[in-house]
Order: sequence, then C-alpha cells, then structure tokens
Amino acid sequence: MFELLGVPPQALFGQLLLGLINGAFYAMMSLGLAVIFGLLNVINFTHGAQYMMGAFCAWMLLEWAGIPYWGALVLAPVIVGLTGIVLERLFLRRLYHLDHLYGLLLTFGLSLIVEGLFRREFGSSGLPYGNPMPGGTNLGFMFLPHYRAWIIVFSLAICLATWFVIERTKLGSYLRAATERPELVQAFGINVPRMITLTYGFGVGLAALAGVLAAPAYNVSPVMGSNLIIVVFAVVVIGGMGSIMGSIVTGFALGIVEGLTKVFYPEASSTVIFIVMAIVLLLRPAGLFGTQR
Amino acid sequence: MADRASDAELEVAGLHGHYGESHVLHGMAFEVRKGEVVTLLGRNGAGKTTTLKAVMGILRSRSGSVRFRGAELIAEPSNRIARMGIAFCPEERGIFASLNVYENLMLPPEVKPGGLPLDEIYKLFPNLKERLGSQGTKLSGGEQQMLAIGRILRTGATLLLLDEPTEGLAPVIVQQIGATIRLLKERGFTVLLVEQNFRFASTVADRHYVVEHGRVVDMIPNAAVGENVAKIEAYLGV
Ligand SMILES: Nc1ncnc2c1ncn2[C@@H]1O[C@H](COP(=O)(O)OP(=O)(O)OP(=O)(O)O)[C@@H](O)[C@H]1O
Ligand SMILES: [Mg+2]
Repeated sequence: MFELLGVPPQALFGQLLLGLINGAFYAMMSLGLAVIFGLLNVINFTHGAQYMMGAFCAWMLLEWAGIPYWGALVLAPVIVGLTGIVLERLFLRRLYHLDHLYGLLLTFGLSLIVEGLFRREFGSSGLPYGNPMPGGTNLGFMFLPHYRAWIIVFSLAICLATWFVIERTKLGSYLRAATERPELVQAFGINVPRMITLTYGFGVGLAALAGVLAAPAYNVSPVMGSNLIIVVFAVVVIGGMGSIMGSIVTGFALGIVEGLTKVFYPEASSTVIFIVMAIVLLLRPAGLFGTQR
Repeated sequence: MADRASDAELEVAGLHGHYGESHVLHGMAFEVRKGEVVTLLGRNGAGKTTTLKAVMGILRSRSGSVRFRGAELIAEPSNRIARMGIAFCPEERGIFASLNVYENLMLPPEVKPGGLPLDEIYKLFPNLKERLGSQGTKLSGGEQQMLAIGRILRTGATLLLLDEPTEGLAPVIVQQIGATIRLLKERGFTVLLVEQNFRFASTVADRHYVVEHGRVVDMIPNAAVGENVAKIEAYLGV
C-alpha cells in the first residue's frame, strides 16, 4: 500500500472525516453565536448548554414520546428555541444597554444552572441515542458511515441556507441593518425588539439543531456542551465576530486542522486550535474575517 | 381655530427631551400644516436634531405633546410612529455599510399606499440607479444624501423629517435637493426641515421657526425673510 508521509491513507482520511464532522459542529455553533452577538451585543455563553438541551430534547422525544430522530430534528430546535425566547424576554432584554460582560456573566451563570439540573436528573455518564442511519459505504480508500456523511451534508446545507437568508434576502437586510443601527431601523417602522427576540430564538435553535445532530454520533450527556463551547469560542475568536461566511469557513477549516494534527502530531491535537487562536490574535486581533471596530 | 386644527399635520406643544441627566428640549412648540415646508433654524446645539428625534420617537425620554393628524404620539415607540406615516432622514444620513445601494433603498417598509415609485426616485436621483450594486457607504456624500432621501419617498409616508440635507454638499447638489423638496411639496408631502443655511431654506420653505436652547423663540414667514435678514443672521450667529 502506498503511504502519505508515512501515514496510511485509511488513517489520514479517517481523521479528515472526523475533523470535518467536528468542523460541522464548530461552524453551526459559531454561526449562531455570531448572529446573536451581532444583533444583541450578548456573548451567549449558554450556547453550549442549549446544544446539550437540543440533544436531550431529542432523547426525551424518543424515550418518552416515541418521536424518532427525524421528528426531533424539527421539534427539538423549535422547543429549545422557544426556551431561548423566554430567556431573552425575561432576562437578556434588560442587559442590552450594558457592557458585554453582563450578558456573558448572566449566560455563563445560566449555563451552570442548566447543566447542574441535567446532571442531577440524568447523571453525567451519558445516555445512548440510536443511530438513525446505520451502515456505510466503502469508498475504496476508506469506509464512510452514512450518518457521518449526513452530519456533514446537512450542517453544510444549514450553514449555507443561513448565510443565504442573512446576506441575500430582504429579511436578512433588516437583520444586517439592525446590527448596525437598531434605532434607525426601528424608526423606519420595523419592530426591532421583536426581531431581536426571534433572532435569539433562531440562534438558540441552531445550537439545539447541532445538539440533535450530535446525539447519535456521541452520547447524550449533560457536559457535552461545555466541552464543545470552549473550542467554539476559540473558533469565533479566530474567525472574527463580524462575518457569517467567516464563521462557516473557519469552523470547517479548524475541524480539518484538528483532524490533520491528530494524524501528524497527535500530542498537539487538543491544543492546536488554541495555538492558532494565539497566533491569529497576535497578527490579526479582529480575527481572520472580522473587521476592526 | 377649528379650521387651523383640522389642517395641522403636526402639532408639537410643551415638548421636553432629555439625554440621561441633561435636559435638552425645554418646551418646544410649533406646528406644521398639511402640504407645508417648515424649517427649524438655529445654531449648533440648539436642539433641532433632538426635536426631530423626539417627534420620531427615537429619543425615548420625552414628554409633552406631539400630535400627528390629531393622534397623540408621545407614548408610541418609533416603529408605530413610522407606520402612521412619518419618515426620518437623519443628519448623518444613516446609510448602512453592510447593505448595497439597492438594499438601502428598499430597506424602509411601505407604511401607506401612495409612495413614489422607484422609477420616479431614479429620475430624481439618476446617480443612484447606476450604483445599485455598490456598498452603501461607498457612495459620495452627495449620493448618500440622495439615497437617504430617496429611500423614505418610497414608503408612502406623508410627513418627512429632513435633518440638514444640504450639510457639507456642493452647490449643484444643494440645488438638486432644493428642486426635490419643491417637487415633494407639489406632490402634497409635508416637510419639516432642519437647516442652518437659511438662504437655502428660504428657497424651499413656507415658514421658519427659530430654535434656541431647546425652545422656539421666533417664527418668520418666508415672505418676511427679506426684511428680517439681519435678525436671522443674529439668531444664527453667522
Ligand atoms: N446623544 C447625546 N447625549 C447627550 N447630549 C446630547 C446628545 N446629542 C445631543 N446632545 C446635546 O443636546 C443638545 C442639542 O443637540 P442637537 O443635536 O439637537 O443640536 P442641533 O440643533 O441639531 O445642532 P447641530 O446644528 O449641530 O446639528 C446639544 O447641547 C448637544 O450637546
Ligand atoms: Mg443637528
């Protein structure tokens, strides 16, 4: 068998695939964070907990109501998105005029509470969730499980659809304009407070959707969100807060970088994203796609 | 009296406005009748912009009375005020950098039937039509002003609040904006115009209110501007 730089191709492509899958989650999560930060000026630290809630919601729908994966894929983001809307109405709304720090502290505190509640209820060892697309295809150079292919294709489609709506539609032009000057957009007759609420609900729904997507691939566990969110924040810092496409590209690219590092220098695989972050912060403090404000 | 009230499009009385602790408007009072072009003249910092923002509901801490066609606006949020048929063109123009020219132009939603069709806006401001795909803030200052005015003509709003539309623009563009305001008047729009350039104002307006320290101190009909030039110059400190 031929080898690439002393690495068997199965291992290389296998890690690339895992990297792409991680990247899919990074992209979906950082996309939601970017949209929320743009309009609400809040760094949504509960994003990880909301991802976890999405996975648990899918699990509960299956175990308690018999609703399978495909139903959960639609229902769980809606349900968790609605909890986001309540959260925005009750709490976040009161913080917009304050520094980012307050929103960060509130959402950080809330995520600890949510995680604690789930850990108390379900333990921290994790619950299994059945794979809705068992089997796979042998591509010759590697074995491609169907569900993994689905994660990549589906998340890419969701990311691109979100990009399209924000950058190319009328609704998106309201969102972009309100991100720049909410008071003027409101003075044109648009109900900006309602738009903010719905945007937060959408961002949270996106996190929950990522959670549902993750459920069959990993265990459903109360800590799954806090493990992910730290890396996602690094991704956001690297990509820069401003750009939608930036979040998507950076998310997938860093997943791949992580995968490749696992092949060529496994010792650094869990830190490579943070090393990239440090370098980017030194050279381009606003991030690769961000604009200096 | 009854007749006067019935054709008043905008009636402002005892209007107070604050930015946090600082009290900026001290009982502004004026009215604009249907189809009139009325200016607020005054020095820098007199409170002209703040008055427009208070009418529009962008300034939240306001009190007193602002009536539009008899309906009280003082407690309404700005989106509701816009929906009643009032549109605002801000002093700094408010062109969005993340929107192209076309998106900027189409941003304000239609609030009433009867706005100017796009064709007519392009006829007024041909420059815009050639730059539809450009980033909004890549336009020249004059083009941005045309865009800022053009986009509120589409919406069907009948009362237009224009904040210093000629500020910092070349004479030929000032003339173009003057012609636009006269055309709007012909079409039955009502305009409340903030200006420091009273020579320009006197070419478009019916009446002028002089604002000092957050209140109206004088009203001069346009016909009387000629004999009051010295007084107006003293008010404006020019
Ligand atoms: N955002 C703000 N916060 C605090 N004070 C403000 C703010 N905006 C304006 N002011 C103050 O309110 C007063 C009135 O300002 P305003 O902008 O209404 O004046 P103006 O008549 O429009 O002046 P100009 O001709 O320079 O545009 C000024 O003293 C100004 O310093
Ligand atoms: Mg002003």
